[in-house]
This record gives sequence, structure tokens and C-alpha cells, in this order.
Amino acid sequence: MSERATVLYDIPGPKARRLNVILSVLFAIVLVALAWWVLSIVAAKNQLTAEKWSPFLQAENWTTYLLPGLWNTLQAAAISVLIALPIGALLGIARLSDHQWVRWPAGIVVEFFRSIPVLILMVFAFNLWFAIFSWSSPFAAVVIALVLYNGSVLAEVVRAGILAVPRGQTEAASAIGLRKSQTMTIILLPQAITSMLPAVVSQLVVIVKDTALGGIFVGYVELRRAAGTSASNYGNLLPTYVVIAVIYILINLALGRLSTYLERKLSSRGGTRIVIGGGDGQTDLLQARQQVMVLEEPGSATVMPTRDGYSPP
Amino acid sequence: MDFNFLSDPKYNVLGAFWMTVQLTFWSAIGSFVLGVILAAMRVSPVPLMRGFAGGVVNVVRNIPLTLIIIMMSQVIANQLGVRLAVREAGVNPQAYLDTQNFRLAVVGFVIYTSTFVCESIRSGINTVPPGQAEAARAIGLTFSQVLGIIVLPQAIRAVVAPLGSVLIALTKNTTVAAAIGVAEAAALMNALVENEPDKLTSVFLVIAVGFIVLTLPTGLVFGSLAKRAAVKR
Repeated sequence: MSERATVLYDIPGPKARRLNVILSVLFAIVLVALAWWVLSIVAAKNQLTAEKWSPFLQAENWTTYLLPGLWNTLQAAAISVLIALPIGALLGIARLSDHQWVRWPAGIVVEFFRSIPVLILMVFAFNLWFAIFSWSSPFAAVVIALVLYNGSVLAEVVRAGILAVPRGQTEAASAIGLRKSQTMTIILLPQAITSMLPAVVSQLVVIVKDTALGGIFVGYVELRRAAGTSASNYGNLLPTYVVIAVIYILINLALGRLSTYLERKLSSRGGTRIVIGGGDGQTDLLQARQQVMVLEEPGSATVMPTRDGYSPP
Repeated sequence: MDFNFLSDPKYNVLGAFWMTVQLTFWSAIGSFVLGVILAAMRVSPVPLMRGFAGGVVNVVRNIPLTLIIIMMSQVIANQLGVRLAVREAGVNPQAYLDTQNFRLAVVGFVIYTSTFVCESIRSGINTVPPGQAEAARAIGLTFSQVLGIIVLPQAIRAVVAPLGSVLIALTKNTTVAAAIGVAEAAALMNALVENEPDKLTSVFLVIAVGFIVLTLPTGLVFGSLAKRAAVKR
């Protein structure tokens, strides 16, 4: 960051330093004024009183509403990713198959589910489940929708990871007489996991956030919906939503940290970095001088130009 | 499969998708503007601005969009009394509510999506060779000139394809506006399958095809735009 920043401007001299201080002070005044304005509105609506915030000191609020909601959120996210991973691996490998009749259907499935909103999939899954089994399961609807969408996204991650393994590996494998399935399972996949893992972990952030869609139509009592019930019980909507926003931020920041840590740890072994492009991917391409493969949405993996030219497709 | 709900005047499929398009359009413009401002702040020489923009990005993009949109309606509008539409006496309050909810949703989408635009542009700044900025500084341009007329134009040209992905994700994300009663495609689908459960598959197919029709051309257009805009080096 600091290295990059100094490319855009010189190391500040006395004049620039003075200007920076003045700008900092001005900006700080603007921020403080903004914060004061917001807080005064909030205070005028009696949202800062102790009684609005004290419910968070009651164990009952946490044990009845917030913790079960959080548990449901984490449960749906964890089970979704556990099911989506093998499905994604299968679809990703199928898209690389030598046989057209395997490649095409897998491609259509992946592109179809990637271009449909998760909320739409959830409503469909909920009603389909009810039509088949005659009992409704919000949990199943959330998991099915998240698996279909994220399985397709992970399929692209797997595909990109396998494509990023140098071609010589495949050639060497066939030279020593390995079959195609052997090449895939004992040569390509283990190496691909290195470049995939950070992208998979940052996809977890997307999954955790998307569980909140379950509270809109299909009635899954995840953290947001549970918080809504808690807030109407204690009459403290603003404080409750602020608290659960902080919970989401902490969980996702931790996952983001884990992803960065894995990336740093695994990139020391070299290899291509895979980034999920688009609105929900935790795109962070700041570390240049690295080969970066960006998965655009929808469509095939494209390659992001880096400062050192283009990474191999 | 039974598609006759398409001609049922009770269900305005085209109208719902038109609402999706409108949500996407206004949110896209707002997110781009705010995203560029955030990106400029994130690379600025003023440490406080850098810290502020970084903080905003890291906080906002880690909150579920559903929570942001619901907060816009229940907290910002209902509890804090912020009004984004004018309520005229004697006029049907539903029109006021529709406008209010639409604008609240757009503001929510802008806040959320601009952080992703900011990150895309910041990654684009990385693709600009350091020599460009160095040459600009050598001829005596100030920071805002270096950024505004040398670096940002090249950076944005490099991230046309990623910005297209952000736009596609935004199009799909507008379904969340259904949570605060904006009559767009997801809200229509939910109403349809509740009233006519036997048409589940055909309803799903129509809505799914609708989104594919919206997102597929976006991807193609931005793909060819990206090729044309790419800076030849």
C-alpha cells in the first residue's frame, strides 16, 4: 500500500506536509460534524438512552434470539459450503472434460445458476420442497439455493485452479503413463487446491452474507430475522441492527483475514492467485507483481492484466 | 407447463422487470460516482481520508445487503424519520410509499455497491505502470491532476470487465429490494407462487429467463467494451 501510494505522489516535503495537515484537520472537522449531526438525529429520536441498549446486557435476549439466530446463520453457511464444495469440484472438472457431452451440460448448469439471483432460487427451492414433501423447510430452501449458486461459483474456482497448474505437470503425468483420472486426482487437484483455497474462504464471506436472504421470503430464522423479532420485543430496532451488523462484520473480517493469511502462506510456494471478480467477491488486487486470474461474472475465467504484463490463461 | 399467468392483468411481469431495470440503472450511476470518490480517497496523500475510505469499505462490504436494505427502511426511514419523497395531502399514500421505498432501496444499493466499485478501481490503479504517475509528477502535476487526468482514466479503462461484473451482481442484488416492498421481479415471483402454486416451474423459468436476458447482454457488452477500452501496452 505505502509503496503504491508513493508512486502517485512524492514523499511530502515541508509544504506538502503542511497542506496534508490542513486537509486532515478540515476532513476531521467534516467527519466530526457529520457524526455529530447523525448522533443528534439519533438522540432526538431517543435511540441513545440506556433502556434501548440495556437489553444487550440481558442474557435472555442473547439466549432466546440472537445466539440461536447466529447459530442458524453459521449452520446454514457451513452446511452449504460443505455440500457446494464437492459439487463445485465435480462441475469444474466436468467443464474441463475431453468429452463434449460432459463439458456442455456442466457449462450450462454453471452459467444458469450463476446468472440467477439467490433470492429467486430460494423462493423456488422453498416451494418445490413443499410441493414434493408437503411440509415446508426454510432451512432446506436456504441450503439448496446457496449450494446451487455457490456450487456454480466454486466450479469456476476449481476450473481456474486446475487451469493454473502448469501444463508440464499434465505432460509429465501422461509421460509416466498415468490415466486421465489419475492425472486429475493425484497430480492436478492437489496442486490446484493451493491456488483455490483463499478464493474458497473468501467465498464463505459471500455465503454468510447470503444466508440473510433466508429471512426475507422463506422464513428462515437466521441472525437478521431473529434480531428483528428481538427488536420488536424490546422496542430497540436501531441498537439491535447495529449490534448484529457488528457481529456480521467481525465474522466476515475474520474470514477475510484467514483468506489473506492462506494466500500469503500458500503464495510463497508460487503459483497463480485466483480472485472472484464482481460485486460480491472480496476483490482485493492490491498486491501487484503477482499472477492474478479473475473470474468474471458470468462467463469463463478471464485474466487480469497485472503490472508485469499478462498472466497466462 | 402453464404460462397463462403472463397474460393475467393481475401479474405485471414486464412491469416488475422494468422496476428491476430502474433500480439497477439509478443504483449503478450512484455506485459508480461514490465508488470513484471512495477510490480517490483510498489512494490520497491525506492519511485520514485513506483510513476513512478503507474503514467504510471494510465495514460496508461485510454487512449483508439484506440488513442494509432493511435498515434503510425500518431504521433510517421509519425510526429516524428520514424522508426521500414528498407526501402530498389528499393524494393516495401508496404512491408516496412506493417512491420512498424505491429511493431508500437505491440509496442502500449505492452504499453497498460503491464499496465494490471502489475496490475494482483501486485494483485498476495497480495496473497503471508506475512510470505514468512518475512522468506526470515529473512535469509538475499535483496529486489531483496525476490521479484525475493520468491515472484514473487508464485505471478505469483497465477495469471495464470487472465493473461489468459488479453491474451484473447489482442487477441480481436488486431482488433484495423486495424485502422493503419494492414491486420488482422477486416480489412478483413470491406473490405468483403463493397464489398459483401449481405453476411453480413455469413461474421460475420466466423469472430466471428474465434475469438471464438482463445479465447476459450486460456481460457481452462489457466484454467487448473492455477489449476496446483496454490500454495497449
